[in-house]
Amino acid sequence: MTEPRRPKLAGFLWAVVRLREAGIGLFIIILVGLVTLRVPAFLSPDNLLDILLNISILAIVALAQTMVIITHGIDLSVSSMIGLAAMMVAFVVKQNPEMPALLALLLGMMLGAALGAFNGLIITYGKVPPLIATLGTLSIYRGLVFFYSGGTWINSFELPKSFKLLSKGTPLLLPNMVLLALLAALIVYYFLNHTRAGRDIYAVGSNPEAAQMSGIPKQRVLFLVYLLSGVACGLAAVLWASRFESAQTNTALGFELQTVAASVVGGVSISGGVGTVPGVILGALLLGIIQNALTIVRISPFWQLAAQGLLILIAVIVDHLVQQRAQREVQS
Amino acid sequence: MKIPDDYILELKKITKRFSGVEVLHDVSFTLRSGEVHALLGENGAGKSTLVKVITGLHQPDGGEVYLNGKPVHFANPHDSRQAGIAAIYQELSLFPDLDVAENIFVGRQPTTTAGRVDWRKLYAEAERLLSSLGVHLDLKQKARHLSIAQQQMVEIARAISINARILIMDEPTSSLTLNEVADLFRLVRRLRQEGAAIIFISHRLEELYELADRVTVLRDGAYVDTRPLNEVSRDELIRLMVGRTISNLFPKQEVEVGEVALKVEHLSRAGSFHDVSFELRKGEILGMAGLVGAGRTNVARAIFGVEPPTGGQVFIAGQEVHITSPQQAIGYGLAYVPEDRQAHGLIPPMTITANISLPMLESYARRGWLQDALERSTVFAAARQMEVRASHLWQRARELSGGNQQKIVLAKWLLTRPRILILDEPTRGIDVGTKAAVHALMSKLAAEGIAILMISSELPEVLGMSDRVLVMREGRITAHFSRAEATQEKIISAATQAVGALS
Repeated sequence: MTEPRRPKLAGFLWAVVRLREAGIGLFIIILVGLVTLRVPAFLSPDNLLDILLNISILAIVALAQTMVIITHGIDLSVSSMIGLAAMMVAFVVKQNPEMPALLALLLGMMLGAALGAFNGLIITYGKVPPLIATLGTLSIYRGLVFFYSGGTWINSFELPKSFKLLSKGTPLLLPNMVLLALLAALIVYYFLNHTRAGRDIYAVGSNPEAAQMSGIPKQRVLFLVYLLSGVACGLAAVLWASRFESAQTNTALGFELQTVAASVVGGVSISGGVGTVPGVILGALLLGIIQNALTIVRISPFWQLAAQGLLILIAVIVDHLVQQRAQREVQS
Repeated sequence: MKIPDDYILELKKITKRFSGVEVLHDVSFTLRSGEVHALLGENGAGKSTLVKVITGLHQPDGGEVYLNGKPVHFANPHDSRQAGIAAIYQELSLFPDLDVAENIFVGRQPTTTAGRVDWRKLYAEAERLLSSLGVHLDLKQKARHLSIAQQQMVEIARAISINARILIMDEPTSSLTLNEVADLFRLVRRLRQEGAAIIFISHRLEELYELADRVTVLRDGAYVDTRPLNEVSRDELIRLMVGRTISNLFPKQEVEVGEVALKVEHLSRAGSFHDVSFELRKGEILGMAGLVGAGRTNVARAIFGVEPPTGGQVFIAGQEVHITSPQQAIGYGLAYVPEDRQAHGLIPPMTITANISLPMLESYARRGWLQDALERSTVFAAARQMEVRASHLWQRARELSGGNQQKIVLAKWLLTRPRILILDEPTRGIDVGTKAAVHALMSKLAAEGIAILMISSELPEVLGMSDRVLVMREGRITAHFSRAEATQEKIISAATQAVGALS
């Protein structure tokens, strides 16, 4: 069969939107161009670094959220896991100022793993749908933050300098936090594309019954993605406390929506089975750029939320249209 | 006398109960290497349950399973796969978001010693496997974009790749075109020649005669008989299956045809069909034959306003109408029973009552409030008239057998008192007994003066039920026969040959 003929430009645009990553990339370039025309300082190294710093934590958690969503699940409790782990780690660090910062990082990841494992158990053993299970732990974990802290905060002066530098230090040219996010992206990319366990995640999300029939340990795969989500949140929690030099009862409140937004904008399908690491990273980058750009061109922060929401809707609608068209091409 | 040891699979006196109800009773079954063994029975006879016992999805409550002469016990489908048994179900079990090659090896992708997936080897293996089957597919194509026939090929390749010696195919041909069926049969014969044992389930008796060596018949969960197919006639098979003789499968009565109820002129819809014209009279059954994908369903959907036509005219009782939604169509006295009951005909999680009353809900309501008693009594009468077999009317539609689901869809549309009824594959996937009931009902409705447009891919049904036959091919009408002129050969040639052979 011959390819239907299309005008050149339309054909090019079609190819771009069809390849999700290219579509977002193009959108980012246009956006950056427009903002730079208005405020040339947007492209200054300082501002670009600022954007990277702002999206590092988001990228780390969104990567984990993506794995969860690929299995046709969702983890709403990420914000509370970050809040709880940040509070606990900050408390331990405050008590032991001599503790190596790297140990704090490990502690955070272990705490996160425990919280994520609990989610995983409710979902696999308890057979509670992920949306409900993590909605429950969203409240439980946040409640524990208040319980653990007695409602008080841990402030900057209570934390040692080494801990504060953990996220912002630049021994290797870029801030540690940005490097950690990049490392996380590489690891998740390798995991999802080049290991059986990673491929099992796609298989489970694409057709759960068939996955089971093919001998894929479905429950174990599900448990794993929620566990990993917890680990990512633990890591994010330590970086959060280090970067903002505090742990508060409302740390990361509402953050789950941003992680879902980054995934969905990055082309991860809410119905499971579809999603790539480059897509999510670009999704997080786009959210970060929009936030930064709106601030720089002095648009009210109220609009930032609206812009984020609009972006999600556009992403989903474009997805739908692209799929419809792809389906038609196959049929004809 | 064969030595019993030469059976690759043997089931002895299998019994299976679900919550106290016996669905399989002392069923025995034997399978040899290098044979195609058909499993035949009405819906609910226990074929699917038997298959699920073989694959380990269900555990038998009594009896034994022997594989190569040794007793085995499968705790789950994974166990049976390991033992070389692969089942290809009606609902295909591919991963729509993974590509062809990965679908074949999912869960057991080849890896390097470091545990990394060896993609190069995976694609090479997939290529080798598919070409050894004589199948040509783009390895990087996502499974969601494959046709059903191609998906089956991938499933078969997957079965071969795990060295399955026993292949179970549950109604593999029900949604294939004639050419695709031929391809599938070629492949099955080839596998048989290479020594595979194949259990083949189909309701189409003609196919069994063409392909199978032996047939085992089940009825109401019990074993009836096993025979070589070349020693048993078609009528005999039907008698074994239903336990009675169905003298006439297609009891279309002679009916005086009345005036034109529906007239379609030069109807077109870009991309799916062109220049379709025909007349349908009161009391007439107009058969629409053709291959799957010839555009017949699209014509029906266009007339019913689901996908309105882009050109041409539709007349109902002589008046031109412009139907753009199913609500309008219902208002004009049209009813459409779609092909895919699960997707378009029923709302599976809703009760039988709710499903049947759906199109006519307004008439059971007073000032917006449903009158439960009225709804119930009407639905009850309709369900009884259709002989729906269910434990009660609050049962969910998804729990019913295919035949009973079809009865519910019919009951639902008949309550709208249609003057024109479009039936799309009215008996696909339902058993012989229910089929006869549906045919009798169609005949009765025609006698009452309803005009019926019947789309069917089953030629005996088309020939037996239709007063006139239209044949479509690639979106156009290619032939038009009266009941007397129509033969199997003429219809097949019009459905498969180029336009221009128009009689």
